Amino acid sequence: MSNKVRSGLTMLGVIIGVMAVILLVAIGDGAQQYISEQLAGLGTNLIMVIPGKTSASGGFHPPSAGTVRKLTYDDSLALKRRAWLLTDAIPIVFGTGKIKYQNMSRDMGVIGTSPEYLHLRSLFVEKGSFISQGDVDSKAKIVVLGAKVKEELFGSGNVLGKVVTLSDARYRVVGLMHKKGTSLGMDIDDNVYIPVTSAQELFDTDQLFQVMASVPRAEDVDQAIAQIKEILIRRHAHKEDFTIQTQGAMLETMNTILNVLTAVLTGIASISLLVGGIGIMNIMLVSVRERTREIGIRKALGARNRDIMAQFMIEAVTLSGAGGFIGIVVGVGLALIIPLFVEILHTRISAWAIILAFTFSATVGVFFGVYPARKAALQDPIQALRSE
Amino acid sequence: MIELTNITKNYRMGKLEIPVLRDLSLSVDQGELIAVMGPSGSGKSTLMNILGCLDRPTSGSYRFENREISAMTDDELASVRNIKIGFVFQNFNLLPRFSALKNVEVPLIYCGVPARQRRERAMPMLDKVGLADRMHHKPTELSGGQQQRVAIARALVNNPPLLLADEPTGNLDSSSGSEILNILTGLNRHGVTIMIVTHDRDVAAICKRIINLKDGMIINDQIKI
Repeated sequence: MSNKVRSGLTMLGVIIGVMAVILLVAIGDGAQQYISEQLAGLGTNLIMVIPGKTSASGGFHPPSAGTVRKLTYDDSLALKRRAWLLTDAIPIVFGTGKIKYQNMSRDMGVIGTSPEYLHLRSLFVEKGSFISQGDVDSKAKIVVLGAKVKEELFGSGNVLGKVVTLSDARYRVVGLMHKKGTSLGMDIDDNVYIPVTSAQELFDTDQLFQVMASVPRAEDVDQAIAQIKEILIRRHAHKEDFTIQTQGAMLETMNTILNVLTAVLTGIASISLLVGGIGIMNIMLVSVRERTREIGIRKALGARNRDIMAQFMIEAVTLSGAGGFIGIVVGVGLALIIPLFVEILHTRISAWAIILAFTFSATVGVFFGVYPARKAALQDPIQALRSE
Repeated sequence: MIELTNITKNYRMGKLEIPVLRDLSLSVDQGELIAVMGPSGSGKSTLMNILGCLDRPTSGSYRFENREISAMTDDELASVRNIKIGFVFQNFNLLPRFSALKNVEVPLIYCGVPARQRRERAMPMLDKVGLADRMHHKPTELSGGQQQRVAIARALVNNPPLLLADEPTGNLDSSSGSEILNILTGLNRHGVTIMIVTHDRDVAAICKRIINLKDGMIINDQIKI
């Protein structure tokens, strides 16, 4: 009975180790998959031009205040006209503002852009229409509402044609966006869209937050970047005062970060597996000492050293193997259950993590079993028989 | 069957070499029933350990069925113990976690007998010592005499030609003790060579040959007519 408790506690070390490896790898993989999917949803051949020169490639950069030369709406038009490898060159102004309707108001993101934005971000209009080129050209005071903004301001009522106040200016609602959800922590439905020119007026600026462009074919990305550079450098007095980011580079950067994170987490979890292995060795040593007499009896009855060795190795491997198996079941179970309760955690159970954890736990059993088993096997039968 | 020639055995205690057996020679024929007697420290146990291939002599020759034992590897010794020699101990030495049947099966494990055949061979052994109805009991559920009978069944399961018994009745009351002796003499009548280490004159009385040891030497070796 006490042996069962002891075996259980010993296995617990391995169970926790294996469980931790599987769970942490699942969380790391899940995060990676989630981010990849989100970025891929934006289109992998996406190129972003942001004002200001930053040396690092990839990653997110806030628009810097010390921009030498601004990235303007005309720049985006020039790219659209002359960079023939690009399908679009969409100007984007982004800011936050307060929207008011009657006595209700709320803060949300304001995106100033052009008609192509809809297609680029795979967004759909639920009712009415999106911004048109005419709206952009005429700096029209029209607004398209995100699903959440509409719901909170208007409830279920009709919105088309209603006039809202956007930071003291009056805008007419022309469209309502289809529900989209959250992407990379940003609630897409909590945005409103206005023509880019109107947005520049609204935020009192003549520059753009960024220009988004897409290339139909992935192979052309590098050449497209060269085109953009050439056109913009000529327009910017022969200075490269902008940064070009590609979706692919960003994805790579994110993946690198997450791979390191996953590796670190797995490493930490592996330590607990190692500690579990030491627990097995400890208990096996106790077991060998307790059963010295049994070893003596078995040897007297004809057991060879290797028979005794095998007996104790099998015990050690059984402990670690059973622990590994239970650890896999618990780890996979938790990896499936946790995302249901913690929304921000995404998990992906990968076969390699399971195989790795199980192989590692079995190896731990062999490794930490060898010493006690050898100790048992080399007992002198006469001494062993005499022991109590 | 057994030929010991000039056997010596020294034990090292720190820097001292203590002689336990001195130049001991002995021969045993098939079918003998021998009592080995002598005071504590006379070397009885060491002699039995060497005869039982649990220990090696420091010098001298030990031939068992015309094979030189002192030249064998550990694995070969294990095999001799397994097939040629049965042990019966004073304190029974059964494995406490196993049933009587499983205990009897143990020697068969080490010569590679499959589980089914182990059962088939162990069961008649227990029947022979009168424990057919107790075979699924654990040692703690058996009396001393019953435990010793399980140990004898275990010693005989591989049909060894030699049975070594170290004070087999030492922990038993007299009626259980005489039961055990009856079993041993019965076995001897069927041809098993038996050597019994004992202090007990009653045990020695049933033996045809009595060897007396003192200070690691045979001081008396008599065969009753």
